[in-house]
Amino acid sequence: MTIYGVALLAACTLLGAYLGELLGMTLGVKANVGGVGIAMIMLIAVRWWLSRKGVLSHGMKFGVEFWAMMYIPIVVAMAAQQNVVVAVKGGPMVAVAAVVTVALCFACVALLGKLWPPEKPSVTPAEGLVIAGDPDFAAKNARSQT
Amino acid sequence: MIEAAQKVLTDQSLVAAFALIGAVMLVSYFISKHLTFGRIHGSAIAIMIGLVLAYVGGVVTGGNKGIADVSLFSGIGLMGGAMLRDFAIVATAFEVNVVEARKAGLLGIVALAIGTVLPFVIGALAAVAFGYTDAVSITTIGAGAVTYIVGPVTGAALGAESPVIALSIATGVLKAVLVMICTPFVAPLIGLNNPRSAMAYGGLMGTVSGVTAGLAATDPRLVPYGALTATFHTGLGCLVAPSVFYLAVRAMVGG
Repeated sequence: MTIYGVALLAACTLLGAYLGELLGMTLGVKANVGGVGIAMIMLIAVRWWLSRKGVLSHGMKFGVEFWAMMYIPIVVAMAAQQNVVVAVKGGPMVAVAAVVTVALCFACVALLGKLWPPEKPSVTPAEGLVIAGDPDFAAKNARSQT
Repeated sequence: MIEAAQKVLTDQSLVAAFALIGAVMLVSYFISKHLTFGRIHGSAIAIMIGLVLAYVGGVVTGGNKGIADVSLFSGIGLMGGAMLRDFAIVATAFEVNVVEARKAGLLGIVALAIGTVLPFVIGALAAVAFGYTDAVSITTIGAGAVTYIVGPVTGAALGAESPVIALSIATGVLKAVLVMICTPFVAPLIGLNNPRSAMAYGGLMGTVSGVTAGLAATDPRLVPYGALTATFHTGLGCLVAPSVFYLAVRAMVGG
């Protein structure tokens, strides 16, 4: 059933957030430390366990994948509520700090990529397309790849 | 008639948000396909339209939540708020290739460390260059360069003045916006096309909103990998900025 997938996702998200809060409290930090990351790891583990047991139903998958597909529209809604006015009006110090930071961090991504080169091309084109939010396209693409 | 429409839109604000964002996506993918011939990804255009809407909303209302401050569009606040955002990010993990994620574990940790120290140092240097001399202000602005959450958390913990906290938030927000806009264009130059570089990118850039929007606009398949490391970034920053980093800055500038 689809709701099982949604409920599983909700349970992982809540438990992850709870553990993130606990971790934050333990460390004496006023923030959630890695709650989403912990939730993601739990969801990956549960998915692996369920599919090994052979009980990962289509409906259940759909319950999770629907939200993965809604991801980009949600990010657009998130972008639409950023405090862009403050970012634009921050003045030269803000601009310098942000631009230099972003530029150097991009450079570091390139550097780390060079130091840790991938052994082989990793994501096969057929997988992972659900997040793009367009299952029709994903299905078409998967077919044309095979 | 207008009143009735207003009533419906405010009563059913989340539903209205779904419709509005759907329209934005439709327009964006149309522009992507027919005006840029697929060169700029539809989601990149959608995110830019989102940012423009946020700017307009901010100017019109004087609030700090972009278009969500306009009462007709308050549903955007719920749809794009932290709750649904985190829910959807976690869902993307369903597609993570476990082997890849595990192989990039160490890389992710190294990226997180650099991604916390480097922005802080740059932010702190910018603060010094623009005339700040006290350790609390320098640390707060440096923390803002880590993410826009680390900035105010650090400032509040250290008792920084409100304008300084505002500057640190502005630095973090501008960083997030720049990451969102620049990533799809910079991606080919920095080899951002595989799960491990996405994990390095997530750790280095840190800002969850910037990272996930940037990756969505570049290659949606990479989103979960970037999110996996980025989500630890703010927590790490909140941990070290008001403690280790503050003590280091105080040791250097005194008081």
